[in-house]
Amino acid sequence: MTDIDTTVNICGIEMKNPVTTASGTFGSGREFSDFVDINRIGAVTVKGVSSVPWKGNDSPRIAEVYGGMLNSVGLQNPGAKWFIENDIPFLKKYDTKIIVNICGHTIGEYCDIAEIMSDADVDMLELNISCPNVREGGIAFGTVAPMVEKVVKSVKKYCKKPLIVKLSPNVTDITEIAKAAVSGGADALSLINTLMGMKIDIKKRKPVLANKIGGFSGPAIKPVAVRMVYQVCKCVDVPVIGMGGIINSDDAIEFIMAGATMISVGTANFMNPKATTEIADGIEKFMYENNIKNLSEIRGIID
Amino acid sequence: MQKIIEMAEILENEEIQDSIFRMTLSLPEISRMAVSGQFINIYTGLGENILPRPISINEIDAIEGNIIVTYQVVGKGTDFFSKCPVGCELKVVGPLGNGFDLSKKYEKNIIVGGGIGIPPLVELCKHIEGRKFVFLGAKSKPIYEDDFRNLGAEVFICSDDGNTGMKGNVVELLNDIQPEGDMLFSCGPKIMLKYVSKWAAENNIPAQISLEERMACGIGACVGCTVKIQKKGDSDWQNLKVCKDGPVFMSDEVIWDD
Repeated sequence: MTDIDTTVNICGIEMKNPVTTASGTFGSGREFSDFVDINRIGAVTVKGVSSVPWKGNDSPRIAEVYGGMLNSVGLQNPGAKWFIENDIPFLKKYDTKIIVNICGHTIGEYCDIAEIMSDADVDMLELNISCPNVREGGIAFGTVAPMVEKVVKSVKKYCKKPLIVKLSPNVTDITEIAKAAVSGGADALSLINTLMGMKIDIKKRKPVLANKIGGFSGPAIKPVAVRMVYQVCKCVDVPVIGMGGIINSDDAIEFIMAGATMISVGTANFMNPKATTEIADGIEKFMYENNIKNLSEIRGIID
Repeated sequence: MQKIIEMAEILENEEIQDSIFRMTLSLPEISRMAVSGQFINIYTGLGENILPRPISINEIDAIEGNIIVTYQVVGKGTDFFSKCPVGCELKVVGPLGNGFDLSKKYEKNIIVGGGIGIPPLVELCKHIEGRKFVFLGAKSKPIYEDDFRNLGAEVFICSDDGNTGMKGNVVELLNDIQPEGDMLFSCGPKIMLKYVSKWAAENNIPAQISLEERMACGIGACVGCTVKIQKKGDSDWQNLKVCKDGPVFMSDEVIWDD
């Protein structure tokens, strides 16, 4: 049997395997610690954190759709202070890396939270400029290339950790947005965030979500995500964290072959609380079975 | 509270009323941990229905190691459950949420159930020692009337169509009977809970109500199933999770949307 090396490196941070969690689907890990060994996950990407607490949107916030789901949570979170005092000490008990997803309504708020988290005991920051569920900030910053470059450049001035920029798929040309993020100073990219979607309750004649529109995720979106990761990896040199509909290790390998360095498990956590570690195990098994010593051998092998 | 994943063999799955099914699941571990008012997540395993169905625990049989749930077929997921034969296995996560607070004993207890909200109140009723006044409402015939009577409760019935008991809703029934109580427990449709809460407040009776909201994970991670709660002493409301902070809340802390 071959000696395999599952480690991956993003911006000098070494992760034991390429598996992380999609922000907002894994809390800060605590909720899943009954089901999985968090030490088996390369990095935990936590739910979005803002400088002050956010209340989020009205309920209903969840709608199931064919092969996926919609959410309109609106980045409800207890704020940076709570996160630093409660979630970081929890995660520090485990041998995993911490990626903090940061959000804001304005460039100033993004800079504030980037500055706060730069002094916290975390490994990387993920800039969320792609949430479809907040009226100001979020996706408004992530869908126009000059705006992407501007917000990334501003945040970089305050960010002392490697900065991942999370991209929205709700754009005409994902490569244009990816290039803008990189020229603004992004150290890595993650994609895709959710696709904007809607579901109507035909009996009540109104949308299921109180917010009317929400973010579409789950296995149904995977082909869109693989395509976008593939296109982005062809046009930028920074590492890419691929996500969108990954529910098993075969899906994860697809993203790696499309060019992703790491992969995030999102909605699959709701379908199977053990999804993260099962995918980590499955990737190892695939490597053994296919005599792959290092994932770099298959990363981006698709022309 | 620890939560686990357990494969449940279906021991019984029977239609007890039009589109309402009573299903007995063999869950040796979860049944040992569960308390009244909690729920379990049942997975369909179907590719199209990716999310688990959160279903309240109707009865806990810790000796046999079983959990009984009573569910109504309202969509594809519950339709799938209704067609699962005895002997087949379903993936279950539980026990989830916090149960009713039974740390104090009350002399007079009022229990109010509506429609498919009645099942969790059966298990609750087993654990209440004082007098139990049970008010049940449904479209046509509330389920489990006899179960409550067998548990020593005084049962009052109403229905929307007047088929069984008083014609009307449970709030009208409460107004009619005017029971005295030291604590009220309720589960049912949101609109019913809103008016039951109002009735309890008007009669100065504290009330524990079990809420429901659309949820994805059931374990507190997705933050999808929130309700507006203003805790006593707080200056503002906050969005709390039905799955993790609830499903049982004190009724005077709930902010009702119109």
